Amino acid sequence: MTTTPETDLAVAAAGLVKTFGAQRAVATVDLEVRRGEVFGVLGPNGAGKTTMLKMLATLLPIDGGEASIFGVDVRRQPHMVRQLVGVTGQYASVDENLTGRENLWLFGRLLGLSSSRASATAGELLERFGLSDAADKRISAFSGGMRRRLDLAASLISRPPLIFLDEPTTGLDPRTRGQMWDTIRDLVRDGSTVLLTTQYLDEADQLADRVAVIDRGRKVAEGTPDELKTSVGSSTLQLRMSQPVDTEHAAVVVRRVLSEEPVLTPEAGGLNVALVDANHAAEVLIALRQSGLSIASATVQKPTLDEVFMAITGHGAEDESTDLTLEVPA
Amino acid sequence: MTTIAPSQPARTALDLAPHPTLRDTVDQTLAMAWRAVKKMQRNFEQMFDVTIQPLLFTAMFAYIFGGAVAGDVDSYLPVIIPGLIGQTILTACVATGVQLREDMDKGVFDRFKSLPIARIAPLAGPALADMLRYFIATVLTFGVGIAMGYRPDALGLVAAIVLAVFAGWSIAWIFTWFGTVGRSAQGVQGISLMVMFPLTFLSNAFVPTDTMPTWLRTFADINPVSHVISAIRDLATDGQVTTDVAWAVLGCAAVVAIFLPLSVRSYSRKM
Repeated sequence: MTTTPETDLAVAAAGLVKTFGAQRAVATVDLEVRRGEVFGVLGPNGAGKTTMLKMLATLLPIDGGEASIFGVDVRRQPHMVRQLVGVTGQYASVDENLTGRENLWLFGRLLGLSSSRASATAGELLERFGLSDAADKRISAFSGGMRRRLDLAASLISRPPLIFLDEPTTGLDPRTRGQMWDTIRDLVRDGSTVLLTTQYLDEADQLADRVAVIDRGRKVAEGTPDELKTSVGSSTLQLRMSQPVDTEHAAVVVRRVLSEEPVLTPEAGGLNVALVDANHAAEVLIALRQSGLSIASATVQKPTLDEVFMAITGHGAEDESTDLTLEVPA
Repeated sequence: MTTIAPSQPARTALDLAPHPTLRDTVDQTLAMAWRAVKKMQRNFEQMFDVTIQPLLFTAMFAYIFGGAVAGDVDSYLPVIIPGLIGQTILTACVATGVQLREDMDKGVFDRFKSLPIARIAPLAGPALADMLRYFIATVLTFGVGIAMGYRPDALGLVAAIVLAVFAGWSIAWIFTWFGTVGRSAQGVQGISLMVMFPLTFLSNAFVPTDTMPTWLRTFADINPVSHVISAIRDLATDGQVTTDVAWAVLGCAAVVAIFLPLSVRSYSRKM
């Protein structure tokens, strides 16, 4: 085991591989998470994010490559790694048969706290996560958001220096998602290192210092959220012309105004163009009006994960095609 | 082995334990047993096999087979009561494995696996708590028997209960192993029943083995369940510590020695 520069890294993984049968769920991924940062792993369903996290958390055996957590080898010292990492799963890993308080007490006991210390910690965490009122209800009566919060609370009992959050807000309504984000930000303020996976570009943007984009088990890009977004523009203008025959003409106008190449969409009369600033949409609309081109609809949207994928890999998040590994300039 | 550079801040430093200590393991097993007891309290229908079943089976078997096997119910009771204890405990052991499998599919087991705890704790905790189930089943079966006219030796009865609970705990490791190997709760149930039925019926639980064909008798005589049942008969009915008691204890110990390590190994691999 090495003691060299890697110890400044919370996570250091090289050539990580996981194979399920003939399928490579994770194919030679390198990952470096620095101490104290929030690192986001962004990718669609089935990209291998969770599998990767499970390998790093000792929940799945590593089939190939090397991984260490704060310099501790994951494969050789799983028990030590487990003392350094708190894991919050995609599906809340709490016990349905117990109440919120009992759950936290049990995990506290398992982590070596005395019974009274475990009770006190459970009380503090329930308070901090706004669960005091529901503390003595069984988990089956908890809402999705409450379960996630309890799950996160359970990961913090031992104050681990590194926290894994696997899709912390998938399936939550927007309001609960916002609360979860605030909670995660608080964690970071306390100095924890966080490795989170997400399907949502805006979540990565909101929370992460750096992001790796994962597609079909491979890392296809890495950088700050800003760098990532620059590659797709901060937003997209979607236009639909009243007369499909105007599309070509409209494309010329758009190109002139924005010096940006619009993409013609499959539906007749549709074109999309990336905007560096959402306000530039107005100039495009004015120019179209002045050219006597009539639009049926115009929308300005933040780039979706699909568009990021389109920009980075040349294919959508869902479609089946080639293995492209373009690096976003970092 | 140096694992961490000296410049590391204290919170990730060398005080990490490379392995759980024995003390930790015991504490963690007790915590897991506490969870299993809570679960029992809150899902009482899972206790039917050790409460209602012994009540029903004891009366049923004694009245149906009593006349045919032993001439009358009274003389059948000393045979059938220990036999039914053996059978009920085996059924309860199957439930141990099936419930473990069901439990392992739940999200909370991901957390147990991710915690720095001894790998044996999530298996040994429920195993410990299930001793309560074997105890209830044994006491109820003896209770029904006594109500029907069975007259055991008082001290021997206590010893028989202890032996029955120990046997249940030991044999449950076979089914715990199935639980860690099987892919689904149904699969575990299927395999477990296939193993449980021959172990129960190809024994001296319900009939004396000398009525069986030789090849069957050979199996029934070496079946550890037969020894446990004989030992319970010797202890409870006659109040005597016989060689069968020694064989029963030895057999149970052998089962644990084989299946406990297998279970822990397969559970750790499943991660």
